[in-house]
Amino acid sequence: MNQPLIDLQHISKSFDSTMVLDDLNLTVKENNFVTLLGPSGCGKTTTLRIIGGFESPDTGKVLFNGQDITHISPNKRPLNTVFQKYALFTHMSIAENIAFGLKIKNKSKAYIQDKIKYALKLVNLDGYENRSVDSLSGGQQQRIAIARAIVNEPRLLLLDEPLGALDLKLRQDMQYELIRLKNELGITFIYVTHDQEEALTMSDTIVVMNQGYIQQMGSPENIYNEPENAFVADFIGDSNIVPGTMIRDELVEIFGAKFPCVDKGFGNNRPVDVVIRPEDIDLLEPGKGSLSGVVTHLIFKGVHYEMEVTTPDGYEWLVHSTDLFPVGKEVDIHVDPFDIQIMNKPASEDEEAIGVNE
Amino acid sequence: MSKKLLSFPYLLWMLGFTIIPLGLIVYFGLTDKTGAFTLANILAIATEEHAKALWLSLGLSLLATLFCLLFAYPLAMILRSKGVSGSAFIVFIFILPMWMNFLLRTLAWQTLLEKSGVINGLLAALRLPPQGLINTPAAIILGMVYNFLPFMVLPIYNVLVKIDDNTINAARDLGANTFQTFWYVMLPLSIPGIISGITMVFVPALTTFVISNLLGGSKILLIGNVIEQEFTKGNNWNLGSGISLVMMIFILISMALIAKYDKNGEGTVI
Repeated sequence: MNQPLIDLQHISKSFDSTMVLDDLNLTVKENNFVTLLGPSGCGKTTTLRIIGGFESPDTGKVLFNGQDITHISPNKRPLNTVFQKYALFTHMSIAENIAFGLKIKNKSKAYIQDKIKYALKLVNLDGYENRSVDSLSGGQQQRIAIARAIVNEPRLLLLDEPLGALDLKLRQDMQYELIRLKNELGITFIYVTHDQEEALTMSDTIVVMNQGYIQQMGSPENIYNEPENAFVADFIGDSNIVPGTMIRDELVEIFGAKFPCVDKGFGNNRPVDVVIRPEDIDLLEPGKGSLSGVVTHLIFKGVHYEMEVTTPDGYEWLVHSTDLFPVGKEVDIHVDPFDIQIMNKPASEDEEAIGVNE
Repeated sequence: MSKKLLSFPYLLWMLGFTIIPLGLIVYFGLTDKTGAFTLANILAIATEEHAKALWLSLGLSLLATLFCLLFAYPLAMILRSKGVSGSAFIVFIFILPMWMNFLLRTLAWQTLLEKSGVINGLLAALRLPPQGLINTPAAIILGMVYNFLPFMVLPIYNVLVKIDDNTINAARDLGANTFQTFWYVMLPLSIPGIISGITMVFVPALTTFVISNLLGGSKILLIGNVIEQEFTKGNNWNLGSGISLVMMIFILISMALIAKYDKNGEGTVI
């Protein structure tokens, strides 16, 4: 029961001489919505293609439900893929597209008809059986691509940036749709995207990747609130990453001001990186906070104001607040202890390259 | 107004080099030597000698088209799998002979196939009996395939490279094996290219007289040779034009059949 559905063991892959994945280990539990998140070239799509069988790893094993499928061809794997830009068969009708996998498996006509109806209902496109692929919008084509995959009742669905080509509003609708589908069908989803908002909205687990390494894996809350390194902090949402010194447990000094925090075990007087989310910064009247500065920039963003507060050392703090502080106003910065996230400084330049580049 | 002016040279060109010659062919084809209207030139296709030439032409050009398709399709698939950078050189190799004169290339085959030609010379050196290669239908088909193969490869290659890799992957992903992927996805998607290739090989093969002259000798008469001889040796322009008209109708019918199966219009190049 506790056996993972997908278990990637020591996967490495290079194209020509470029290392894309380096000793990657990843397990995915049944019924989870897992998102591989990272900038382009981080190896997330290659990972997905290795699971789907479209690439074979140079070293390492792919286990599906405990079974080694590393060298099994894609058509024999018990999973299905929704491709980037849909990859529908343009010479077939919508019904024929959806029926393709079932026809290959020699299912009965009645069964196939039922399944087509069911799948079209599921993706809210009833009655589209005889339409041609070209007559559908991007969002509709994406739904058909999903329908075409799920009629085969896979235990695992791989999705390769399926919403990348859609506009913002449609993308948001489809995100909810995908969550609903996953819950209704009870299928495990592995989802690849470079859009951090998409990842935060939909996933049970986010795997943040960069340059072939997994940077951090955890729940969306965990990834957002407790980033383990500067790359994750920077990639997921906006953040202020500033140098600081850990005076002792639960006290950090930033630009000469002391902030109480909740982190322990970094040692005394150690240089560290401090992450503070822009919405966690409270702006107060001068004299009431820990660090003083001047508002130097102001943009209205709809939900909140985005401000830049420059402190005497020259650092520009990004601040999100529903309260308006006009440009030129002197303010004090206050941060609650549990909103301060302490990270070890990268030990070497190499490690820094892994974490922070791109 | 200025746009109309721009198209004027082309209209003049079409009038002078397409419409008027076509009109002349129709005129000559439907009249006799005195200029009186007659259908005799058209009906002359039914005479035994002409019908034989027509059927032979149809048979040989169909076979040549089939061979071209059988050679070209796998080649186009290989080119597609190599990607643009890998295939550019091979495509270049295939196009290279087209830069040489068509007559010269066919003459080269004549020297290769002759009774005392290069191939029989090699056979003799290996102490094998000489073969009658030249002046056979097979030699004509060989000439046609050799000359027209690039016209089959390029259109098929062009549609194959346009097929997204993920479309192929999707078929695999949905359980199709290599053959099923080819049969249900790759082949149907490449039909416009196949049709285009067939048109570009079949039509010139059907009407050729140079290849049959050089590689078929005087014994094998194709419809192209019949027409050519009426114009050059027989000096009967009326009969030549009449048979030309019949050929045109044949080609139009085959084009109509092709257009029926070709939704994208890629096949109607000629």
